[in-house]
Amino acid sequence: MLTCKEITRLLSESQDRKLKMAEQMRLKMHLAVCEGCSRYKQQLNFIRRACRIVVGGGNGPGE
Amino acid sequence: MSGGRLQQDAPYLAELRRDLLRFASLQLRDDQLAEDVVQEALMAALAGEEDFSGRSAMKTWVFAILRNKIVDAIRQRSRSINVSSLSPEDDSLDQAFEALFEPNAHWQPESRPRAWGDPEEALHQEQFWAVFDACLKHLPDNTARVFMMREFLEFETNEVCVELNITSSNCHVILHRARNGLRRCLEQTWFGPGERAC
Repeated sequence: MLTCKEITRLLSESQDRKLKMAEQMRLKMHLAVCEGCSRYKQQLNFIRRACRIVVGGGNGPGE
Repeated sequence: MSGGRLQQDAPYLAELRRDLLRFASLQLRDDQLAEDVVQEALMAALAGEEDFSGRSAMKTWVFAILRNKIVDAIRQRSRSINVSSLSPEDDSLDQAFEALFEPNAHWQPESRPRAWGDPEEALHQEQFWAVFDACLKHLPDNTARVFMMREFLEFETNEVCVELNITSSNCHVILHRARNGLRRCLEQTWFGPGERAC
């Protein structure tokens, strides 16, 4: 099982490259049982969404 | 629509200019250069204004013009910048990251990511965006540069590496550092002490 520290790196990299099948499996297994890392993932997704809004795309609020 | 919305609608143009300037100065970290590229982008937009069905489509189009101007500016400047050098600020972000974990590399109880409630709500609040900008400005220059090329200018990761002449693993490390730094800053300054994961 990967550690939370390793999972945070994998979560970040998943926004930049396609993860290998084995990485995806390990990530999924970890997230299923770890609330902290699940929240980390949600937070990274939120940050990406906020960045899309800054550049005028991505269904910003009030658009 | 003839004549174009940009030329007819001064308040809209002023608002758009403000948004563009904010974006350019966050990205370039140089207010004078930001003024210049925004000016160039708006001139190009006014000269080439087409028919748009709504403000949203027009805004996207003007941002696309600005994006190209910024990319040119970054290309010219990147020759003189060594992005892979680690600043003391980068180092302290890395130490803060390490401190989130127990020796076994699992979350310290007090630093587990917290529930952010309804973050969508934040996107509608002007104050949130001020905090978001401040957190971005708080990132070390080179780290922010890589992050914004990826997230704002929407470069592919390998394009960022080529433009800035860094390895892809270094690029991943820098992006991870930036995201975690931003996440921590938002959690501390905006989302506050929420409920913690158990």
